[in-house]
Amino acid sequence: MRRLLVAVLASLAALGPGGAGAAPPGGDADPLLADLATGSADQREAAVTALGQTGDPRWLALLGALRDGAVFARTRGGRTEVVVAGTKSTRGDEDLVEIQSAYARASLGVVAVADLAEVAADRRLRLAIKPFLDAEEVRGQLRDADPAVRRAAAVKLGHQASPAAAPGIEATLAAEGDRWVRHALAEALALIHLADPDPARRAAAARRLGELRSMNAVAALQRLAAAAASAAERAAAARALKRIERWTLLTTSLETAFQGASLASILVLMALGLAIVFGLMAVINMAHGELMALGAYSTFVVQNWFRAVAPASLDLYFLVALPVAFLVAAAVGVALERGVIRRLYGRPLETLLLTWGASLIIQQGLRLWFGAANVDVAAPRWLSGGLPVMVGLTLPWNRLFIIGLAAVAVIAMYALLFRTGAGLRIRAVTQNRAMSACLGVRAGAVDAVTFGLGAGLAGLAGCALTQIGNVGPSARTTSSTRSWWW
Amino acid sequence: MTVYSRRDFLKGSLAAGAGLTAGVGLPRILAAQAKDPIKIGVLHSLSGTMAISEVSLRDVVLMAVEEINEKGGVLGRKLQPVVVDPASNWDLFAEKAKQLLLQDKVAVVFGCWTSVSRKSVLPVFENNNGLLFYPVQYEGEECSKNVFYTGATPNQQLIPAAEYLMSKEGGGYKKFYLLGTDYVFPRTANKILRAYLRAKGVPADSIEEEYTPFNHQDYQTIVGKIKRFASGGNAAVLSTINGDSNVPFYKEFANQGLRSENAPIMAFSVAEDELRGMDTSALVGHLAAWNYYQSVDTPQNRKFVQAFKAYAKKQNLPGGDRRVTDDPMEAAYFGVHIWKQAVEKTRATDVDAVRKAVYGQEFVAPGGKIKMDEANHHTYKPVLIGEILKDGQFKIVSRSKGLVKAEPWSEYTSPDKGCDWVKHKGTYQKKA
Repeated sequence: MRRLLVAVLASLAALGPGGAGAAPPGGDADPLLADLATGSADQREAAVTALGQTGDPRWLALLGALRDGAVFARTRGGRTEVVVAGTKSTRGDEDLVEIQSAYARASLGVVAVADLAEVAADRRLRLAIKPFLDAEEVRGQLRDADPAVRRAAAVKLGHQASPAAAPGIEATLAAEGDRWVRHALAEALALIHLADPDPARRAAAARRLGELRSMNAVAALQRLAAAAASAAERAAAARALKRIERWTLLTTSLETAFQGASLASILVLMALGLAIVFGLMAVINMAHGELMALGAYSTFVVQNWFRAVAPASLDLYFLVALPVAFLVAAAVGVALERGVIRRLYGRPLETLLLTWGASLIIQQGLRLWFGAANVDVAAPRWLSGGLPVMVGLTLPWNRLFIIGLAAVAVIAMYALLFRTGAGLRIRAVTQNRAMSACLGVRAGAVDAVTFGLGAGLAGLAGCALTQIGNVGPSARTTSSTRSWWW
Repeated sequence: MTVYSRRDFLKGSLAAGAGLTAGVGLPRILAAQAKDPIKIGVLHSLSGTMAISEVSLRDVVLMAVEEINEKGGVLGRKLQPVVVDPASNWDLFAEKAKQLLLQDKVAVVFGCWTSVSRKSVLPVFENNNGLLFYPVQYEGEECSKNVFYTGATPNQQLIPAAEYLMSKEGGGYKKFYLLGTDYVFPRTANKILRAYLRAKGVPADSIEEEYTPFNHQDYQTIVGKIKRFASGGNAAVLSTINGDSNVPFYKEFANQGLRSENAPIMAFSVAEDELRGMDTSALVGHLAAWNYYQSVDTPQNRKFVQAFKAYAKKQNLPGGDRRVTDDPMEAAYFGVHIWKQAVEKTRATDVDAVRKAVYGQEFVAPGGKIKMDEANHHTYKPVLIGEILKDGQFKIVSRSKGLVKAEPWSEYTSPDKGCDWVKHKGTYQKKA
């Protein structure tokens, strides 16, 4: 009973708005610290509990340091003092460490490690520390600026379903503005009430969870539906389950449709350039995968340039990388076409062999220049995370972006080929090269532009794919870049 | 890097040719008495898919050799490393191993990463009585007289990790999603994990198992499944995903709104060296289980990390002083030192003598003191659970009490089998 009371008090202190409560100033805690350093196992645990119950962030920080093994004791003038270790260094054979006072974290200078005795946190002590630090962590997360962090904290509270947390959740709920965090908080609250001693309240909580379409509550509701004492509860739980089930079916279907659309858009992006080159020029471009890799590496280079020159606007690098990737790949494509491919038009086998050779050269070149290991392309913040559409369905931004990009690319290609003069010339050369040349179309230039366009689209695809897969010299062989039919 | 001229090469070939013809007749003892260098083999892929991981092992073995040579070598003889490149090609591993043992006559070989490469060289070492130090955690179920395993067995990595997740301290998780790359290590690891979880009372419907091919990139469906699996809370992912599939997996995991607070991923194949080429932002807060981290705070380790960075810079290795150390590298490093101590104990490089001298050998490795088992060819190691930090390093959140004895045969899948080369001949049947 006492333990329960302690837990309740602790959670209240932890979840209360200010949280500071009645913190003992450094002096009052001295006996506790002495217990911590030299006491028996029971005294040590009691000391940790007492420090944790203060809810004072500074004491909690000390407990965190204790768990990490950074708390030491030293004896000076017959008094034992508890200190926190900071950065370590070595001078000659001696290991030195910078130490700070336990509460105020005032620097106490640098001392030899040998002069300190570690206040070891054994398993029992770590277990005693954990709830305080967890509560502190959740409290911090519930105040985080990022709604995704707040939402995760709320979901965690729901999983724990600890009755002591309910008042804190209600207070947070009243002040919360984000719709999805509110939903997670309401869900957590209902999950807590689902274990209430009052049957009517349990039934109400079950109904509420049904209204919330809470996937997280399915297991708890199933237990209630099977084992609850009153028929009202069982009925409420069963109804809620039915509701959640129907909702889950809906979200799962939508999710599957979205996944299909996302996969299709990736394939479209990859295949579009290939199709243009093959369809219009009858050249099977085996180097398409490498042109994509070039686009991906251009993205990497642009990112590094931003990191070095304009770290503040790093998030914008991707917008710059898109056209750069297009242009780099298009330039290589045009060079390839003007340099060699144009000499082999009408000989499909030879162009196949030739582009395959080009692909090997590009691949090895990338390996020589950037190394064999994959390089890391960070996702800009605006492409990380997802858009919560409805309860149980979050659509990742990077995939939404690629679907959008694929749609724009397809529409732009259509407009270019069927709505502009250049497109007309491309189609004319495709249908009858000799006749178009007779009529004054520069067939050679049209070939170069078309090939460059196809290559540029490959570069664009490569840039977009950095947000989903890896960037490495052998990118073409990895499964998501299956722009070929094997 | 040494540059050989054509003349050196000719001289070398002539000498080797002469040695081959003469070596048959001449008593071996002559060669041993001379202050010739002792040849040791380094059998790690320097090209192909595994190069990303294995090149670092070659580097750290050569660093250990250089350290030993600077202090006067072994028994007054310098060590001369013979580095070969099996190119991530499993058949080539056996061929190169044969070359090292029969042609170069090396005293010991440090090498292999993947289990399939180890299985490929195993008959070569057993038929020619060679000696291999294998530095990577693996799936167990092996007990060869000619191999010393300095990496972890399942009970030194997999089981403690699952135990940690189930404990109150680790979060008290009750449902487990076993996700891996489709090859021998993840399959065996998950077989053992499943047996362990079942033995600890986890119902069968609370365990999911799934595999993806090497290089798999599109994890949206699988993460969707994990999300539904984890929706009731108390669920964790045990991941044996290898190589570059990890980046898209963790990215998708974060993007679909799953976070380490609610569904942590415990990884068995992600270490500091792999994190070097990754954008770690999506991995922060997830867990890994190893026996060593670069962040282990001991004077030996600080020295080791600094020495390796300095070595990488001096040798102009790619990455220079931004290189990191990790678990297999530490195991490869102390393997060289264990072998050296054993040779000094017997005062010979003869494989059978060295083998017996390795038993019970102790060494203060960078991650703390380790000890070779007295009979089963494996290593007593500490077990550490780490949390991934933003800078690609690990914060150690749990460590085993003392050293854990290696059990090549897991008590959960093969309770009747044991491994002992002193009282038995390798793998034996335990009496009921």
